[in-house]
Amino acid sequence: MTIAAPHRFSASRRIDVSQLIVWTIGGVLLTIVFIGSVLTLRAGHYTAAQWRDFIVFGIAQGAIYALIALGYTMVYGVLRMINFAHGEVFMSGAMTTFFLADYLNRSGFLKSHPWVSLVTMLLFSGLVSMTVAVLVERIAYRPLRGAPRLVPLITAVGASFFLQYTFRGLFGSGVRAYPPIPVLQGKLWFFQKTQVAVFVGVLITLALLVLFLQRTRAGLAIRAVAEDREAAALMGIDVDRAIVTTFAVGGFMAGIAGVLYALVFVQVQFFMGFLPGIKAFTAAVLGGIGNLPGAALGGLVLGVIESVGPSLFFDGYGIRAAHQLKDVIAFTILVLILIFRPTGLLGERLGGEDRV
Amino acid sequence: MTLTAWRRALFIGFLAGIAGWHLSLAGLVPAFAQRRLIGEAVTFSSALLLALIVIAAHATARRYSGVLPRFTFGVVSALVTGIMFFVLALVVTAFNLRQILLNATPELARTLTFGGGADPDGFLRVLVIAVVAAGVTSAVGALPPPWGRILVFASLTTLLVGLLRDVLAPVLPGVLTGFLYGSAGLSYSGAVVVLVASVLLFALRATASGRTATRAVATAVPPPLRRPLVRTIALLLLLSIPLWAGLFLSNVADFVGFYILMGLGLNLVLGFAGLLDLGYVAFFAVGAYTMAVLTSPEIAVGGYILDFWLALPIAVVVTVGAGLLVGLPVLRMRGDYLAIATLGFGEIVRLLVLSDWLKPHLGGAQGITQIGRPHLGSLRLDSPQEFYFLILLGCLLAWFLSVRLRDSRLGRAWFAIREDEHVAQAMGINRVTAKLTAFAIGASFGGLSGALFASLVGSVVPASFSLLVSINVVALLVLGGMGSLPGVLVGALALVGIPELLREFQEYRLLVYGMVLIAMMLLRPAGLLPERIHRVELEEAVEESREATPAELATGQD
Repeated sequence: MTIAAPHRFSASRRIDVSQLIVWTIGGVLLTIVFIGSVLTLRAGHYTAAQWRDFIVFGIAQGAIYALIALGYTMVYGVLRMINFAHGEVFMSGAMTTFFLADYLNRSGFLKSHPWVSLVTMLLFSGLVSMTVAVLVERIAYRPLRGAPRLVPLITAVGASFFLQYTFRGLFGSGVRAYPPIPVLQGKLWFFQKTQVAVFVGVLITLALLVLFLQRTRAGLAIRAVAEDREAAALMGIDVDRAIVTTFAVGGFMAGIAGVLYALVFVQVQFFMGFLPGIKAFTAAVLGGIGNLPGAALGGLVLGVIESVGPSLFFDGYGIRAAHQLKDVIAFTILVLILIFRPTGLLGERLGGEDRV
Repeated sequence: MTLTAWRRALFIGFLAGIAGWHLSLAGLVPAFAQRRLIGEAVTFSSALLLALIVIAAHATARRYSGVLPRFTFGVVSALVTGIMFFVLALVVTAFNLRQILLNATPELARTLTFGGGADPDGFLRVLVIAVVAAGVTSAVGALPPPWGRILVFASLTTLLVGLLRDVLAPVLPGVLTGFLYGSAGLSYSGAVVVLVASVLLFALRATASGRTATRAVATAVPPPLRRPLVRTIALLLLLSIPLWAGLFLSNVADFVGFYILMGLGLNLVLGFAGLLDLGYVAFFAVGAYTMAVLTSPEIAVGGYILDFWLALPIAVVVTVGAGLLVGLPVLRMRGDYLAIATLGFGEIVRLLVLSDWLKPHLGGAQGITQIGRPHLGSLRLDSPQEFYFLILLGCLLAWFLSVRLRDSRLGRAWFAIREDEHVAQAMGINRVTAKLTAFAIGASFGGLSGALFASLVGSVVPASFSLLVSINVVALLVLGGMGSLPGVLVGALALVGIPELLREFQEYRLLVYGMVLIAMMLLRPAGLLPERIHRVELEEAVEESREATPAELATGQD
């Protein structure tokens, strides 16, 4: 004890130095952002209506991130692993549904029954993504459940690229544009109708998710496994099945998010899953990974920051084409959250020292 | 019992068929349909499809010891796979799916049926080939131990020699080329010769009498001379590459060299210290851009243009700084979080370089051109052949450092951290220093690679520094075996060298990387040439997980 103490002391002091540097960098970044915001607001290049539009757009985008983030968070909750291929699960639904949407559009059904078409598209996309997610779990994750942490992480990266380039091979590398949905054109008060539809869609999906988790036996099993896998298994819960259900539900929501994303951004492509995937992960961590309301909140916060941030933070410095730095902001938030508050805004519900 | 056996045979055949569907529709099979390996008959695609049939037959047959069940079940699996191919051929011919599935063409139907088509002729071909393949597979599987393996390796070598025709033909002496190769791929007689030669070669290594023979040759050299002799020969071979290889091959060799350097660098971080860095490309980019900014007249910091030899050490030092900068904040992270955070760093670097904001300093999307080339006295090194020596020197240096580090106190500290960080810390290892040095030294190799890359290519553009480079390096480490130095060589040759040589392959390389990452982790987590300690650890862990009961599995969280 007497021998160990000075060692520990000196080691922790050295960590303090490195921590000091990290905190300084964080402080500098925060100052830059703050000064930039003040400068921008004082310069007054943007009208209040423009800021409002930024925020509305950010909320719609953030709602989509939230849906994807829930998939990350749920999988993390039950398996303590990050499903790196989740962004590709999202992409697979959106890409495949393009062909359904295209067919509905050309047959005229989309025009005559827009709501039926939309619901069909959402369900179809959800089912495709669900299948992909379950397959990934079965092939790439389940056989390695007892292996060292690095192993499933590497297969996850592999699965991600495998899926991306499979879809590229199947459907080509070109950008496809979803057909416009007639009833969603134009504005409702000062919102774009698509944005309203996205928001409503996300709310309904979230409500269904909460009902599923709280009111069904499968939901109960998932919550039990997330709480304590060992105890759940002892209580007769089929852990494998609960895990598959988690992947299925997460995948289904990612598929719905895929169609909603296509409503807002119109274009889909094999590579489209990467950025939303990373951002949804950021959202999940931002809210506190493993924490469902946290994922939803994190998505919204990230969406708004990303939408407002480039103009607000950088315009004041006179930086050219600040919108190009949108993703830099998202990635910086990601890194900063991981460094300074890995438990997120709302705290990690399923804490564990093994992760940080 | 028999029912499950039948069902297993059917299921394995079905899986192999699905794999065939995937490879066909995702484009790998159609892309290689014209690449002939042996004569007119064997193309890369038919070899690929045949391999699936053989794998199905073998996977089914290997569970049984009797001749009859081996053959029967093998044939059943192979037939199912073959029929699946034929079904896809039928579907592709009967429906026009090309609006959706890019590769669902009539040509695909011909490839899938080994040159037949979606008709009785094609069906017959598929059936006959499946039965023959399954028969041969079960026969080879029944051979005494080393011979089955020898035959498989020899056949693969023959196919590889056929595949690399365009590379080998200009290099080999004219007579040999004329004999071995046809207009594309090996000629039939050439194939037989290569097959026999490789059987003999592998037999020399694998059989007892072969090993005695090799040992007899080896003992002719006195022991103290053996190592230097082998090294000298290897070095001479490496040095001679630019002399016999043409411009194209030297270029490929250079690129393999860049990836070996990066692989050795990431190996320190991922292989030795067990820290998955998905943003390794950032260091490559920092090295390349430092070289570009310092030596290109387009940017000319403060009006100065530095010489290559001056810029090179600066680039390396700057990358070490970048390594520390990335390493400091992520010190306390591990596993998933570390991977994502480093990926974030990599993307931040790329996005910043790409932005218009930094365009005056870093060139934006157009990048920087006219990067300086090295001079040796009055000699300007600017062809890939001359550059090769520089890269070779860098690789040798990195290799030497890696070996020394591996066997040093620091290396042991890294291994300890990789195995268990808490225990390592409890044993008195300074986690901060160990991790930071891993990041810094690992980064410097990447920076060196980047600086040389920038100088050789003469220009840098942000597109060369995408996430794919990082994934490439991770994949080559995983293939070769994380922590294993020869593994880096093998990985780089297989995952960078071969794709560079096969131009049809470029589009599908990431598809294959994805498969490699998953398949290696499932089948051989320690890699092709495993590092000893790591192999023991990984295989034990996977074995344990396989043997564990479901209840134990359910509880095993780590």
